[in-house]
Amino acid sequence: MSYSADPKPEIQRPISNAFIASSVLVALFLNGLPWEGMGLIMRPDFVAVVMLYWCTHKPLRVGIGLTWAVGILADVADASLFGQHALAYTLLAFGGVMLHHRLKMFNLRQQTTHVFIVLALTYAVYALVHWQVSGYMVWSYFFGCLTSTLLWAPLSLMFQAAQRIHADRDH
Amino acid sequence: MTDNTQSFQFFNRGPSPAVRLVFFSVLSLLLLFIDARFRYLESTRSALSVLVSPIQRLATLPGELWQHAGDFFTTQRRLVEENQALHQQHERDAAQLSQLQALQQETRQLRNLLKLPQHGELAAQAAEIVYAERDVFKRKVIIDKGANADVLIGQVVRDDAGIVGQVTRVYPWLAEVTMITEKDHAVPVMVLRNGLRTIVFGAGDTSQLSLRYMPVSSDIQHDDLLVTSGIDGVYPPGIPVAKVVKIERDPAYPFARITCLPVAGVDNHRHLMILSGLPQPPERPAGEQAEQHLKMKQKK
Repeated sequence: MSYSADPKPEIQRPISNAFIASSVLVALFLNGLPWEGMGLIMRPDFVAVVMLYWCTHKPLRVGIGLTWAVGILADVADASLFGQHALAYTLLAFGGVMLHHRLKMFNLRQQTTHVFIVLALTYAVYALVHWQVSGYMVWSYFFGCLTSTLLWAPLSLMFQAAQRIHADRDH
Repeated sequence: MTDNTQSFQFFNRGPSPAVRLVFFSVLSLLLLFIDARFRYLESTRSALSVLVSPIQRLATLPGELWQHAGDFFTTQRRLVEENQALHQQHERDAAQLSQLQALQQETRQLRNLLKLPQHGELAAQAAEIVYAERDVFKRKVIIDKGANADVLIGQVVRDDAGIVGQVTRVYPWLAEVTMITEKDHAVPVMVLRNGLRTIVFGAGDTSQLSLRYMPVSSDIQHDDLLVTSGIDGVYPPGIPVAKVVKIERDPAYPFARITCLPVAGVDNHRHLMILSGLPQPPERPAGEQAEQHLKMKQKK
């Protein structure tokens, strides 16, 4: 952490598995809200952003296998083809695990740029699978990519704040 | 772990990320292929849906609460107005119903005389839409009746006005309904005015339907009502499907471009009816294709 761009690095409390699990459940819940029309097009993929956060911050606990399993659950929840989300999330987790050393040295804006690239690849997988199955390309998937990227900064701040609150409570 | 070189592996993390990436990607692609081509995974899907369905149920709660709040705050005046409108509707419907009963009786008698099979009365059960499809480009909804309520794949779903779609997947407590507006979804119909048989297709990206392969000269007019023809046995005959709204006859093309709008409120309602007890048609005879195959072989 000595290379961190953060001027005063804080010691954060270890995150419990229950916290990770509940954050994923909440993300699945948010994805499942009755979005419609334009809202559905613009809806960020909460699950993807949360999984990417954990893959970059806790790569030893949340890795490619677990993200793949969450992808299968997302497939069932969406009634989409089996493996569509799983494939996309596998790629996402790989991106996250690869980035996890680098991302710690960046500030939030630089992180967002990297996250955008990883999410764009993920959404490209959705679009490609859709293209293979139904024969036409759907460009509006990429709106979701933009909104998901915008979600990165507030989400990371929120999770970090949550960890800090835990720590404060101890004292 | 007796090997000396391996004992230094303090943090054994298993296979490298790249290996995992390849493994899980191949697994996902395999699942995709199996699901898209063979549909073998429906039982796995319904087993996993038991895990996911509590979250899905929970996710519909905010919408329902909002609706309940709205119901609570409706004004007295609106209720009275609605009540009056419903009363009037009821009187009109009752008059029509008595006519219909007389006509049904007559039809039954005529069919008896002509020794045609009777149209069975279809049992219907009401279902509520739990949530809409997550993908904007799919016209599907999930309803709250599944295998527990004896819903079967292929059953027809309608609302008060006409056909909405058909059940395409059944989960333990839920079922997926594909709407008639889904891309390339076909419904065999006939024009009510002259009995012209045709097929109406969903357009997918809009809430419209289209009649394809109708010659430019075919007798179709603006505002023609299309009802199910009952051919092929999936849809029971005589239920309204769509109304013709636009006809483009360009002599440069062999077929006319005919656009229709569904009669049912395909995107509007929360409550739907699932029809069951549709009589199965007798098995299709060995078709021309088989005969042609034989002929081709003989020629060779």
